Amino acid sequence: MSTAQTPLHKVRGMGSAHSGTGHFWHERVTAVALIPLSLWFFYVMLGLAGTNEVTALQFLAHPWNALLMGAFVCFSLWHAYLGLQVVVDDYIHTAGTKIFLMLLIRFSIIATGATCLFAIVRIAAL
Amino acid sequence: MADNPQRPMANARPLSPHMTIYRWPVTMMTSITHRATGVGLSVGAIILAWWLVSISNGPEGWQSFHAVADTPVGLLVLFGLTWALVYHFLNGIRHLAWDMGYGFDKREAERNSVIIFALSIILALAAFAVGWTGHGGYLQ
Repeated sequence: MSTAQTPLHKVRGMGSAHSGTGHFWHERVTAVALIPLSLWFFYVMLGLAGTNEVTALQFLAHPWNALLMGAFVCFSLWHAYLGLQVVVDDYIHTAGTKIFLMLLIRFSIIATGATCLFAIVRIAAL
Repeated sequence: MADNPQRPMANARPLSPHMTIYRWPVTMMTSITHRATGVGLSVGAIILAWWLVSISNGPEGWQSFHAVADTPVGLLVLFGLTWALVYHFLNGIRHLAWDMGYGFDKREAERNSVIIFALSIILALAAFAVGWTGHGGYLQ
């Protein structure tokens, strides 16, 4: 035994991926949450098709709808982040490129999420 | 068997797939399509952000969004995103079923691969048909 780490410590979230089953589990939890949220999103998109901005504004200004749209955005982007990380892990094998891409993805996801949430709050406050 | 006395098992070994002549099983297609639609939808989230911002900007914002979205290219992108979301939704449910240990049988997996491809296209077309024939917009 060349290190002071116990086998249990190695197993607990410190494999070669530097995380345990957390990534897998979060991907599944967000996927399950996105089943009802996506169905609601389909219903909304079809219901707003061909209408005007007043309809969209009034619909999204309703607290429940604002909340659901916020939840859809958050869970979608969280799920997207986890999925994109797997794509980078699978195809990018250079440490520098990998770090660069993961930072780019993380910043883009946060920027997109912040923009969505700000717009939703602004619509609700209009 | 006696072709190569040094490696008697050489001829009996299975060959690894030669990608240029390899017939893609439909389950392989659904797998890579799931990933591709996932990446596409991630980019599509930016369009969702743009749409929400355009609504928050009032009538001018709405018009600026639709000036782009209502073009043929814009509609094609929206149709692509619609199909991608339907596909990723359906195949995602199948992935969750697999996680619970259901549907691993080869024939079954192949059959519902075809069903998911067909159903996702049909539902995306149906959504656009509903929108185009004026049956959408029920939230007004």
